[in-house]
Amino acid sequence: MKRLFLLGGMIAAAFATQASAQELTGTLKKIKDTGAITIGFRDSSVPFSYLDDNQKPVGFAMDICYKIVDAVKKELKLDKLEVKLNPVTSATRIPLIANGTVDLECGSTTNNVDRQKQVGFTNTHFLTASRFVSKKTAKLDKIDDLKGKSVVSTSGTTNIKQLTEVNAARNLGINIIPAKDHAEAFLMVETDRAAAFVMDDILLASLAAGARDPNAYAISKDAFSKPEPYGIMLRKGDDAFKKVADAATAALYTSPEGAKIYEKWFTQKIPPKGLNLNVPMGPEQTKAFAKPSDSADPDAYL
Amino acid sequence: MNYNWNWGIFWDQTPDATGTYFASLMSGLQVTILLALVAWIIAFVLGSVIGIMRTLPSRWPVMIGNAYIELFRNIPLLVQLFIWFFVVPELLPGEFGAWVKQLRNGPFIAAMLGLGFYMSSRVAGQVTAGINALPKGQRMAGTAIGLTTWQTYRYILLPLAYRIIFPPLTSEFLNTIKNTAPALTIGVLELTAQARSMQEFSFQVFEAFTAAAGIYLLLSAVVTIGMRMIEKRLVIPGFNVGK
Repeated sequence: MKRLFLLGGMIAAAFATQASAQELTGTLKKIKDTGAITIGFRDSSVPFSYLDDNQKPVGFAMDICYKIVDAVKKELKLDKLEVKLNPVTSATRIPLIANGTVDLECGSTTNNVDRQKQVGFTNTHFLTASRFVSKKTAKLDKIDDLKGKSVVSTSGTTNIKQLTEVNAARNLGINIIPAKDHAEAFLMVETDRAAAFVMDDILLASLAAGARDPNAYAISKDAFSKPEPYGIMLRKGDDAFKKVADAATAALYTSPEGAKIYEKWFTQKIPPKGLNLNVPMGPEQTKAFAKPSDSADPDAYL
Repeated sequence: MNYNWNWGIFWDQTPDATGTYFASLMSGLQVTILLALVAWIIAFVLGSVIGIMRTLPSRWPVMIGNAYIELFRNIPLLVQLFIWFFVVPELLPGEFGAWVKQLRNGPFIAAMLGLGFYMSSRVAGQVTAGINALPKGQRMAGTAIGLTTWQTYRYILLPLAYRIIFPPLTSEFLNTIKNTAPALTIGVLELTAQARSMQEFSFQVFEAFTAAAGIYLLLSAVVTIGMRMIEKRLVIPGFNVGK
């Protein structure tokens, strides 16, 4: 009998060691082996991830990523974890995540079903809806006010798709201009090439805050879409790493610190120019923080 | 690598519901070809004029031609496109400027002008070189039989010069096709722009850019083969300096 227990104990012990060895796969194993984690940042995704005046990446998503790094460090019981920073663009973020250069992409990447075929996302850190910015002098506030006007949006975004759909559905006869990026699109409103610019409201807020005359612009109340989730991107199918990231972000969002980090980037002056985006936390965002979720479905956040 | 290959993606619908990804790449290809052709016409005509000016006997046309080449050849194409698209309309007088800015095909027109002028400086260089490569006697012979300068160019120098520079002009035309890609930075939805928007929507970045690369290669192959055929027909026996 004693022997049997011993055997049982040995088997259990064998399983236990095997189990702990199994835990370390994928990203976690790589981080343990190399003693380093690589964060992908964007250079101009204000206020999520961008370069400050010292060329150091800062932002809301960066703060969250450093929390995940802390959690990884604790999980792997490391004394020291080197954080490598790697710039990414919308064109490079997928290859760099896929080939293992970048472990976490911290920016303003929309979490949607198509993208989930390719990558994983941790809990949603921000919700944004498609709205439009225009000059206050133009007095546009409803979508229907755009009838017959030239309206710009960034090519290759879901926003331009929503604009196209609304235009067709309501028969507004809008002249839709595709722009190559947000800066160009905003410039087109600034220089009166276009009457309005349709984009994620938070990006519009940061573009307007950075304009020569921030008070000259108004963002519409009317939205083209339900709020869409932004998530921090990681490799698909790496459940162990995702679990650590999910736990870390959930703990952050549900604690008072989550709201504090939000306020730091959205309702206070942010570097490098001391702009204030003035976007207080709305009901959807409050709910997304209270009940952290990695769902790509906008309805999950209503 | 942890990447989910999906070569069937080209037959999926794009989220903006305008058709499949393949169709959007093809529409990009159309814009690329159209832009390359129009820009090439501008480049060829203007380049020829400037190139010929630089071989004229008097001083002023030579200086103007040289200045033109230095100006358009030495500023990066990207910068020139930005100047045409963003700066030039601001310099135009009020109403006219606003009208230009609101043109529906504004980006295309700016890209066409920018690329055309940029390539024209290169074509001009080739044309000058072609004319200068001819033996001096050709020009003198023209004058000797009583032809005017214009006639000498029209009947003697240019027909020979263009035959000599035909191969380098082919490569300039290929450059024009490749140089349509920066036009995406001012909002022309050409092939590279469509590949980019495809990867933004679907996250299938490798498939998108592999397809774009393949299409560019195919397009260049078609042009090269076509130009080779024309080249053969243009040869004057015993007069092809390059060969």
